[in-house]
Amino acid sequence: MIVRDSGTQPVRIEQDVVLARHTVRRLAVECGLRLIDQTKIVTAASELARNTVVYGGGGDMDWEILEDGARHGLRLVFRDEGPGIADMKLAMTDGWTSGNGLGLGLTGAKRLVGDFDIDSRPGVGTRITIARWT
Amino acid sequence: MAALARQTTDAMGSHEAALLAEWRANLEASGAARGLSPEELARQTAEFLGLVITCAVNGDASNISGADWDSARQFLEKLSRTRATQGFESHHTANFIFSLKRPLFALLQRTYATDPATLADQMWATTELLDQLGMHTTRTFQKSREEVIKRQQEELLELSTPVVKLWDGVLALPMIGTLDSQRTQVVMESLLQRIVDTGSEIAIIDITGVPTVDTLVAQHLLKTVTAIRLMGADCIISGVRPQIAQTIVHLGLDLQGIVTKANLADALALALRRSGLTVVKAS
Repeated sequence: MIVRDSGTQPVRIEQDVVLARHTVRRLAVECGLRLIDQTKIVTAASELARNTVVYGGGGDMDWEILEDGARHGLRLVFRDEGPGIADMKLAMTDGWTSGNGLGLGLTGAKRLVGDFDIDSRPGVGTRITIARWT
Repeated sequence: MAALARQTTDAMGSHEAALLAEWRANLEASGAARGLSPEELARQTAEFLGLVITCAVNGDASNISGADWDSARQFLEKLSRTRATQGFESHHTANFIFSLKRPLFALLQRTYATDPATLADQMWATTELLDQLGMHTTRTFQKSREEVIKRQQEELLELSTPVVKLWDGVLALPMIGTLDSQRTQVVMESLLQRIVDTGSEIAIIDITGVPTVDTLVAQHLLKTVTAIRLMGADCIISGVRPQIAQTIVHLGLDLQGIVTKANLADALALALRRSGLTVVKAS
């Protein structure tokens, strides 16, 4: 697997969520993802970026364009140094929220992408990796 | 810190006309005067040079933030503000001041031809003064530009929420772009108000122009639909494209109980049917 291109952009305030969506959409098109897959990863990125801002107290988004043989993929990492997730099982339950959202962002994002990995330690921060392949 | 000598300001005063002519020639050559009529340029340059001489005679030229320089500062603020709104470039606005350097330096050279030490001292004082004035111009210019941007953002907020009447009792709201909470608030208010004003029974929210429907957008839509229902009207959401529909399913959003359509035409057809109207071809 080769990393063809990569970068980082800040996700600190609400406006950054919009910018993150724009970046992800541009990268998804560059990767050659189909319209449906573009929409899915953009939506997942939107959810995770907002979580980073609202619950993580701001962080960064790393992106990588990957090449694995004939397959191309887009991998995104959302990381923050916020309070972390205390109860992972609860957090990954549909309809549960610690804020005032619908409680579907995290689980919805997982369903929207192929690869989903979450690493969170209370008091240290949260790191979520997602990827979508052609 | 070097100060402007009396002899310097006197020289500026007695050679004012020559200074102005050279300054204007420089301004025109650098393109900083583009878009201004010669009369306006003559008026602005004469007024400003007059102010600088008066302020330098009465006040301390090494610090323009003092009260002695109020009139010169105010003139520059007005100038950069008008130029910012007229769409001038920032460097052209700053050049208005910097173009004065060459004629002023030439004048100093002539005045202090026999006294190099004073010449250097006065050159330094003049440079500092003009740099400060130039900086002040740029700062004000920047601030005015920011004000323009802020106003445009506010205008955009208003512009992006047109509620249109499609038929008697049928309103449509074409949503465009990002549905952040502030805009959704404005949208919701204007739609609810129009429902009251027109006594409409059906409101169509068209999301064709919304590129991403995530849980926050869905939450805003659900709230808007609930509010519309509480007012006794019905709501149809149109513009649900295939990729959006699939995304909604994967997100696990529950839009059951809300009537959705793929496009605005279908939504209008449904609204007409509900109103007891049929559209027939005029044979």
